[in-house]
Amino acid sequence: MPRPRAQQVSKKQIIDSAGTMKRLFAYLFKYYGIQFAVVFVCIIISVLANVRGTLFMQRLIDDYVMPMVRSGSRDFTPLLLAILKVAGFYVVGIAASLLYNLIMVYVSQGAQRRFRDEMFDHMEKLPVSYFDRHKHGDIMSFYTNDIDTMRQMISQSIPQMINASFTVVSVLVSMVILSIPLTIVTLFMIGVTFAVTKYLGGMSAKYFGAQQAAIANLNGNIQEMMNGQKVVKVFCHEKESVEEFKRLNDALFESADNANKYANILMPANAQIGNISYVMIAVVGGALALSGWTGLTLGKLASFLTFNKSFNMPISQVSQQLNFIVMAMAGASRIFGLMDEKPEVDDGYVTLVNAKETDAGLVECSERTGLWAWKHYHKAEGTTTYTRLAGNVVFDDVDFSYVPDKQVLHHISIYANEGQKIAFVGATGAGKTTITNLINRFYDVSDGKIRFDGINVNKIKKSALRASLGIVLQDTHLFTGTVADNIRYGKPDATDEEVVAAARLANAEGFIHKLPQGYDTMITGDGANLSQGQRQLLAIARAAIADPPALILDEATSSIDTRTEKIIQDGMDRLMHGRTTFVIAHRLSTIRNSDCIMVMDGGRIIERGDHDDLIAQKGKYYQLYTGKVVNA
Amino acid sequence: MIARLLKEVKEFKKDVCLTPAFMLLEVAMEMIIPLLMASIIDDGVEAGDMGHIFKVGGLMVIAAGIGLYAGIEGGRYGARASTGFARNLRQSMFENIQSFSFANIDRFSQSSLITRLTTDVTNLQNSFQMILRIGARAPASVIVALCMSFYISPELAQIYLWAALVLAVVIGFITVRTKKVFEQVFKKYDELNASVQENVSGIRVVKAFVREEYETAKFHMASENLCRMFIRAERNLVGMMPIMQGMVYACILLISWFGAKLIVAETLTTGELMSLLAYCMNILFSLMMLSMIFVMITMSVASAERVTEVLNEKSTITNPKEPVMEVADGAVDFIKVDFAYGEGAAENVLSDINLHIASGEMIGIIGSTGSSKTSLVNLIPRLYDVKSGQVLVGGVNVKDYDIDTLRDEVAVVLQNNVLFSGTILDNLRWGDPNASDEDCARACRLACADEFIEGFPDGYDTYIEQGGTNVSGGQRQRLCIARALLKKPKVLILDDSTSAVDTTTDANIRKAFREEIPGTTKIIIAQRVSSVQDADRIVVLDDGRINGIGTHQELLQNNAIYRDVYESQTGGSSGDFDEPE
Repeated sequence: MPRPRAQQVSKKQIIDSAGTMKRLFAYLFKYYGIQFAVVFVCIIISVLANVRGTLFMQRLIDDYVMPMVRSGSRDFTPLLLAILKVAGFYVVGIAASLLYNLIMVYVSQGAQRRFRDEMFDHMEKLPVSYFDRHKHGDIMSFYTNDIDTMRQMISQSIPQMINASFTVVSVLVSMVILSIPLTIVTLFMIGVTFAVTKYLGGMSAKYFGAQQAAIANLNGNIQEMMNGQKVVKVFCHEKESVEEFKRLNDALFESADNANKYANILMPANAQIGNISYVMIAVVGGALALSGWTGLTLGKLASFLTFNKSFNMPISQVSQQLNFIVMAMAGASRIFGLMDEKPEVDDGYVTLVNAKETDAGLVECSERTGLWAWKHYHKAEGTTTYTRLAGNVVFDDVDFSYVPDKQVLHHISIYANEGQKIAFVGATGAGKTTITNLINRFYDVSDGKIRFDGINVNKIKKSALRASLGIVLQDTHLFTGTVADNIRYGKPDATDEEVVAAARLANAEGFIHKLPQGYDTMITGDGANLSQGQRQLLAIARAAIADPPALILDEATSSIDTRTEKIIQDGMDRLMHGRTTFVIAHRLSTIRNSDCIMVMDGGRIIERGDHDDLIAQKGKYYQLYTGKVVNA
Repeated sequence: MIARLLKEVKEFKKDVCLTPAFMLLEVAMEMIIPLLMASIIDDGVEAGDMGHIFKVGGLMVIAAGIGLYAGIEGGRYGARASTGFARNLRQSMFENIQSFSFANIDRFSQSSLITRLTTDVTNLQNSFQMILRIGARAPASVIVALCMSFYISPELAQIYLWAALVLAVVIGFITVRTKKVFEQVFKKYDELNASVQENVSGIRVVKAFVREEYETAKFHMASENLCRMFIRAERNLVGMMPIMQGMVYACILLISWFGAKLIVAETLTTGELMSLLAYCMNILFSLMMLSMIFVMITMSVASAERVTEVLNEKSTITNPKEPVMEVADGAVDFIKVDFAYGEGAAENVLSDINLHIASGEMIGIIGSTGSSKTSLVNLIPRLYDVKSGQVLVGGVNVKDYDIDTLRDEVAVVLQNNVLFSGTILDNLRWGDPNASDEDCARACRLACADEFIEGFPDGYDTYIEQGGTNVSGGQRQRLCIARALLKKPKVLILDDSTSAVDTTTDANIRKAFREEIPGTTKIIIAQRVSSVQDADRIVVLDDGRINGIGTHQELLQNNAIYRDVYESQTGGSSGDFDEPE
């Protein structure tokens, strides 16, 4: 089967792979040391059995057939015994190969699972910034391409390498024992094979590189054209796009033709060199056997010819596997790269506990009371205090930058009291979303402080902090599962009644009832079977069920048309009631009734106040709102 | 299906025929070699005839040379035939897709069309090459080797026949059984990867809801299940290699035993025994190759089906026989129009639409999502065909126009509009390939795009990335409007095309339309009342029906829906802020 041929391997790649290989093997041996030992032994047994069988060909003719022919004896018993003995070897060999193949299935699949699990575990612990810095497609390819290549390497390349190198060695030894001159001839032909492989492989690699580039170009064009197909139709641009496609398609054909050509030639060329090698051995061997002065017998020649054949195969295997291993190691090093990535640190110690009100103030309790408290242990005094979870959020002169020297937020101070609605408006890149990223600590501030109910957010355990903050984003991100599962995402132990209540609150009940299986309808592919607005409603329900004291709505209703939005506005109002809410919206109707509106520009709050204040100020907000430019 | 695919071979027929021919020649040479070998041993070595050894050895070298030549040629033609076949497939598919109507495009999704053009074609290319080369080679190899064996010794050759049969049955059985299991496993595998994908893109949600542990536990379970299934599936395959090996060994031993007897009985020579053993490897190796091709072909059947589906798809909208080649003016009429997506669709998307739009009028269309605003305007340039009733442009049924003529005169700025990689000028000239730089600048001025374009360091030569990702949403929309304006259409349709443009600019664009292209009929779909309130007339759509038509003032007085929308958008001056991030 045509396997993707690796580009020619450079020395540096081999050195890099060696390091990764060491680490990979250390890992594999840790878990599968015994299995690998058994596999190794089994492979050697199977190779030996094979060699033993080939050697038998020599004895068949020299020790059994020829004497019988010469003596005219008809006693086949010795031959039968010999054949049975060899059969015994073969059976052992086959059993060994069956065993090691079986073990390798368990090892390779088990190792793949282990890698996959560890990768996923680690990935879930990584900070959000990791996902912002890396293309999602790249992360995905760790789980698909890279891990698959690695599994193939473990299950195929490793046994084949062991097998091939051991075969080469044992065949070589056997050949030397049979006849040194013929061995020299064979080795010479192997040299020729190497030279030819190197030349053809080089040519093929060159064109495969060109082919990869051509494929990338063509696929890019296909992607663009398929996405823009409707525009093409509207502009009657069909002819032009066909012409462009033809140009790229022909270019791909050109390079693909050449790449495949050289790759195709490689196999027959090597096969015929093998045949010529065979002929040479036959002629030289025949001559030697006739002259008789090297002690080469007819039987030995026959064995040698078989060895000659079985010598070529493992050599081309090794060279093929080498490329593949380097490829697999590149993948493995990417996987290790992910695993070496530093996980999100959480050294917060303030936790969230159920509480009840008593005469002595707030007291921790185990049952669910609906009342939550921050459990704050003060190390210096050795005391524990409880603070009611209320939802006061304070930004105190916060600066922030994603990368050093490129400050995104400047001197942000916000005082959001329990139950208030704070809105952010401003142009793309003004820093609105960044502010919300700081509240739930997806990112940490560079300077200044953020306090939640008076406690510095750095001291709060991240899981507790995030559980107290509901979030609805513009990109909804639903998960595979039923509608109910998705709503329950905000509170895993929610009852069915709670799920229905949350859906009702978000006004999602109407459309859910219309779905084929209601709440049990499966959602797949991030809710591709739902409209954007419906997805948004589910995301709102999901936040509602968690019943958090504070909410972040980042363009949560932007995909819902104004009329539908009005319908869910009641639900939204009910959701926001009594909660501290941070709203980012570009639609005015969403923010007009906010307690305070922050107008942001270039990472700074340039105006603040409620709607009427800001209109009266006749500043940027007034300008955005009325569309009129104020001549100051 | 296969006949349809083979039609795409076209100019590569020669290569397609020559590939197997050369492969057969190569096989022939490979088969002759063991025969010559036997001759060397029997007549050369045993007879002590060095001259014969050289003579036959020479012949063998020649045979190997011919084999090499045949192998190279076979490889060359095979590469050409298969890559050429793939090229033609892609070209035909792409050309057919270009003829697709919107309905056809909707039927296949974009991503499925992309897969069909890329992965599926590659699969077919590989299978095709496999069939041409190995498909000719392996069976021939088996047959010739068997024949030769029978020629040398009919008694011993029987052993191969039986071995081949047993092997074919065993391999066939294993592949068929495994294929099913693997299909299930791969489906599960895809599901697992889909869940990784969900976690990667939805990581903010996972973290915000503190569900890392839940997701991890879920993943572990799925991962373990998959691992078990994989092991079960692969265990079926594990037997394959040892069985092959066992067969080879059994043959060698049987041939040795019976061969030895025959040699002693002097009906077989040692050289012939050697040849027989060589053929043994040949037969079994070729059988293995055959089973591999079999697997590949079954795997690519699905690809072949998907590709053929695209090739056979007929556009639902075609040019009339005697098309009208000129559009008189920009008047648009809907007469009793019903419309539904898909032929069998029970529910109408548009029902009983009657509407007359005079040439040069500015019409606003408003309505909630799902009220079929887009469907309505898509009928005007005949992007879809009506179910019943008529749509007229310039007094002529759109079905009677030459499609290109109609669409050149009716420009739509689609809701989901796309820019293509290339400079801004390249993109603008989609509207008119011969537009001068001044024409382009003028269109951009009308669309209020001139300002930001001139702000770019490279101005009109700024390179737009694929999908237009390096300009903001509002800028993209304005460029799309300018592109449509360059067509100098008689009817201009904006389908929610200024949603990401701020209110002031939006108003400026409409002002420019009114003043600069008064003769053009303008149809504007919008979410914002402010975008349509100064139109000559406004159409209110609700659930696929016209709910009201009139001026802003009229509708405010007598249309509940319009009033509703208006009030929900802040006392009339619904200033939205900049586009969402």
